[in-house]
Amino acid sequence: MTILVIAEHTNAALAAATLNTVGAAAKIGGDIHVLVAGSACGAAAEAAAKVAGVAKVLVADNAAYEHQLPENVAPLVAELGQGYSHILAAATSNGKNILPRVAAALDVDQISEIIAVESADTFKRPIYAGNAIATVQSSASVKVITVRATGFDPVAAEGGSAAVEAVSGAADAGKSAFVGEELAKSDRPELTAAKIVVSGGRGMQNGDNFKHLYALADKLGAAVGASRAAVDAGFVPNDMQVGQTGKIVAPQLYIAVGISGAIQHLAGMKDSKVIVAINKDEEAPIFQVADYGLVADLFEAVPELEKLV
Amino acid sequence: MKVLVAVKRVVDYNVKVRVKADNSGVDLANVKMSMNPFCEIAVEEAVRLKEKGVASEIVVVTIGPATAQEQLRTALALGADRAILVESADELNSLAVAKLLKAVVDKEQPQLVIMGKQAIDSDNNQTGQMLGALTGFGQGTFASKVEVAGDKVNVTREIDGGLQTVALNLPAIVTTDLRLNEPRYASLPNIMKAKKKPLETVTPDALGVSTASTVKTLKVEAPATRSAGIKVKSVAELIEKLKNEAKVI
Repeated sequence: MTILVIAEHTNAALAAATLNTVGAAAKIGGDIHVLVAGSACGAAAEAAAKVAGVAKVLVADNAAYEHQLPENVAPLVAELGQGYSHILAAATSNGKNILPRVAAALDVDQISEIIAVESADTFKRPIYAGNAIATVQSSASVKVITVRATGFDPVAAEGGSAAVEAVSGAADAGKSAFVGEELAKSDRPELTAAKIVVSGGRGMQNGDNFKHLYALADKLGAAVGASRAAVDAGFVPNDMQVGQTGKIVAPQLYIAVGISGAIQHLAGMKDSKVIVAINKDEEAPIFQVADYGLVADLFEAVPELEKLV
Repeated sequence: MKVLVAVKRVVDYNVKVRVKADNSGVDLANVKMSMNPFCEIAVEEAVRLKEKGVASEIVVVTIGPATAQEQLRTALALGADRAILVESADELNSLAVAKLLKAVVDKEQPQLVIMGKQAIDSDNNQTGQMLGALTGFGQGTFASKVEVAGDKVNVTREIDGGLQTVALNLPAIVTTDLRLNEPRYASLPNIMKAKKKPLETVTPDALGVSTASTVKTLKVEAPATRSAGIKVKSVAELIEKLKNEAKVI
């Protein structure tokens, strides 16, 4: 059994989610190969070769793979993946974009966002916004799977010494082109990897008031998230959204400020180790999942919290 | 240009679903069903393209039981021109749905296919991408902005770090994200008119598609419940608990 893990990377560096995905591959068992498809991605490939437990790194270096356009990358993965028992990618926006296209090209079903490995062909995954957990079994010749990073511990980024091998595949399919991107800049830890997350909701009232959360987050070394209400109201950019349709986080501590706790928000954070809710409405559903709840006006409680921690 | 919109009938997003006692699935008997929220956004985007004069005809398609006609009528009331129901009583996996949609695409020859990024029941986020592979069309997934320009469509996509814009050759597939638009409500006169719009029913067999699957669900369980928490009285008490009891700060 050999498993192919599709690396999540920025050409220059390996994304943390790749380590969790290799962690999931290790639970399945077998040799682990990592595919780094990109352009001038030597640094990412070197980083992948050092990851503990990786037997081989395949590098597909081609200008067509620079922005990981699925029309170009999916045929490459499908071609390389035929000899493998499993193809895994992190359930990031990139992994979700590419992998179903790979599965269909191989004519197999895909299993999305697994949170546990039961055996080499049986996995657990959440459905209905995390309100039910399905155990699914695949009889496909190649099992194509995306991995929810928060469900698996990352493997060590150092200690491995995998062989690096160049591979080539189909080049530009000529169906799509990268035009540009606007990335939100932040000095705080990345939301999905942070140990502490402070999130604000509609109760923040406006974007300016998020400064209270930023101040608290900086003191705690935390990332800042938001509910959909806060994003839709334009308080913060959408890549900060935590929930069924945003990011899934499972930090040690999640502090929900001015968030009522709708089903769709809980889907993104209810696996956090400790949940704190600060809300002035003591009937808010968030208190049903919070380990510690504080019924208070956030505009008094948050600055006080910031002062005291 | 012709636009094909795929919609799905799912449990209403406000319903808190319950897992069946025998762990065979979730209990959907007598539960309110609606159009998947992302599909509503897809219908809205198609209607806006028609209002701008970009789209000439909107065909809405669903794959599901006979009752899914309700969701097709909703889409017709929102502005779709005609509807196709691929009737299948079984719950189908994404690949089977993508194959059926491929058969419909072959027949209808749309220039643009718009669908939701994921259905809120299975939470798979696969069908649009799979249809992309089967048809060979380019895919603009998680779209927050769609602009048709000549023989291309520019799609701004929501990615983990922010936004990315790609240009796709037509025909292409777009899957919608929440911020693409704010779906309208159907007015009563439009709901009445929608009853007269054409709705064609076909079967997977008639489309020549096998819906066999390699993935089966063994069981469905309720997630582990969190133990009840406590309410603290003050910020000082909260910090004390976090430091000494939970030891997370």
